[in-house]
Amino acid sequence: MHPLDMSRKSRVRRWARGFRDRDTWAAYGFMTPWLIGFVVFLGGPMIISLVLSFTDYDGLRESSNVGFANYEQLLSDPKIRRSLANTVIYAIMIVPGTMIVALGLAMMLSRVGRRSAGVFRTLFYLPEVTPKVAVGVLFLMLFNGQVGLVNGALGLVGIDGPDWSTDPAWVKPGLALMHIWSVGGTVIIYLAALNNVPRDLYEAAELDGVSGWQRFRHITVPMISHALFFTLIVQTINALQTFDEAYAAFYGSSASATYSSDAALFYLVYLFQQAFQFLHMGYASAMAWLLFVVIMVITVIQIKVSKRFVHYEGGDR
Amino acid sequence: MAITAPPAARPAPVSPVRPRPERRGGNRVVFWIGLTVASVAFLYPFWWVLTASLKPRSQVFDNLVLPRNWAFANYLKIWDAAPVWTWFVNSVTVALAAAVAVTISSAMVAWAFAYYRFPGRNGWFGLVLATMMLPGAVTMIPVYLIWNSVGLATTQVPLWASNLFGSAFYIFLLRQFFLGLPRDLFEAARIDGVGHWGLFWRIAVPLCKPALIVTFVFELKASWADLLKPLIYLRDVELFTLPRGLKAISDRFGQAGEQQWEIVLAGSVITVLPMVVVFFLAQRHFIHGIATQGRKG
Repeated sequence: MHPLDMSRKSRVRRWARGFRDRDTWAAYGFMTPWLIGFVVFLGGPMIISLVLSFTDYDGLRESSNVGFANYEQLLSDPKIRRSLANTVIYAIMIVPGTMIVALGLAMMLSRVGRRSAGVFRTLFYLPEVTPKVAVGVLFLMLFNGQVGLVNGALGLVGIDGPDWSTDPAWVKPGLALMHIWSVGGTVIIYLAALNNVPRDLYEAAELDGVSGWQRFRHITVPMISHALFFTLIVQTINALQTFDEAYAAFYGSSASATYSSDAALFYLVYLFQQAFQFLHMGYASAMAWLLFVVIMVITVIQIKVSKRFVHYEGGDR
Repeated sequence: MAITAPPAARPAPVSPVRPRPERRGGNRVVFWIGLTVASVAFLYPFWWVLTASLKPRSQVFDNLVLPRNWAFANYLKIWDAAPVWTWFVNSVTVALAAAVAVTISSAMVAWAFAYYRFPGRNGWFGLVLATMMLPGAVTMIPVYLIWNSVGLATTQVPLWASNLFGSAFYIFLLRQFFLGLPRDLFEAARIDGVGHWGLFWRIAVPLCKPALIVTFVFELKASWADLLKPLIYLRDVELFTLPRGLKAISDRFGQAGEQQWEIVLAGSVITVLPMVVVFFLAQRHFIHGIATQGRKG
């Protein structure tokens, strides 16, 4: 017998022997909820979704196999391109925007003393408990071109603000500003990371006459790079799935008549329309898999690129 | 007496006592001012919404700090226009069910991964983590079809029932906390004859209460805010949750509808305020949970 076969066989045997242990049964007992949930709500649906993406299923008629037609349609549908572009542009606005604003606030908080930092931290987090649907509804009022609060405030300093909620060129920047309002969670993460940077690093640098910017660039950023990396990945994944605020503000029963320029047609909004308004469930399933691939590719690129910059104390973890 | 150690004998106050080199007095004031300005910018929208919801329709957009005429009647108007109390009760019910379900189930699964050494453990845990990468859009349609096939697609059940089976993110979070408990404790308990369920429920769970509260409040917030699921599942207005209700109010009275913004504003306040209250009651847990999240990442 080949030696490799033997080791494999003994591994299987060892694996099987594990089930003689009562602990193993207990462990699988505790895991049961997740195992059931995985089959019913994740694994099973994934297979169904993949199958559906090759059909013209609409939830009413008998469906038929259409081969790759749905995927071909993805390539030719101009709204796919539009909504993907909208989503990526929006992500490019809100992810770095949130990170920069959060880092600025966190760095200020790290220098005013713990007690006052705690109070400000709470205040900054408050917008984050606001449901995104309310954020979208508030956007229409606060960013109203004629009477909104934002343009009112801009007017005080002599700036004539744009028509945020109707001008297609300003809809995404406006929504992005509204989104960056809920930056509080990121501030808390950065503040925790900043408080963990050893003080003597700064002291040594200052003795050596290193300037403020250099200290930021060569001490602060590397030392909190794991937190920056974590928020970059998570926020990009979330941004690519933006739905609530855009749908609340611009889509729904009657809103399409008011707003037809597609400037806020994000990918998930279009997917939702295809699936549950036009009942093109086969097509929408293909759309979902495209989104999955896009998210995977972007995340892998981010991980690959970030690996060169992320610094973990004490080597690899 | 006076000969011994005069104050001057103390070493001159050089570097060691100063807690933080860059905290120079002048800078600190600048940071204080910056933070105060930022806080006003962050909090003023709340004030604007709250006060605007108490202004008569013609003054909603006057941007005055306080209403010239107080219009508490706006809240009576919304009461007549929509079943907001029913929506509120629905939201509370769904959010509590979702949060309780996910906390208990995730804790059980996390416990399995944290305490037991069993064949397949690493593989399964890898799979749990991998599911976090899957966008919800992929499973959205099939899960709807599954609920439809068992006749529950237009009820509130799909809004919380999938939480009975644990959620990858919370499993990960809770496992970290369980791993921090000393193993000897459980070995000792087992010698004393405590069973498997007892180890979990009577020893591990009470010790991890802070982490469980974090899970609970996070899910409460997430469930309270959810718009997508109610849009997919809820048809009957009486079953709406507040986010779905606010969307309906905004469609009917807002930009696309009758332009009765004072009603939309009152609806926004009713949707936002309960979570703000919960946040102030549980802020310690919110902040602790988020700070931990970043560290583990």
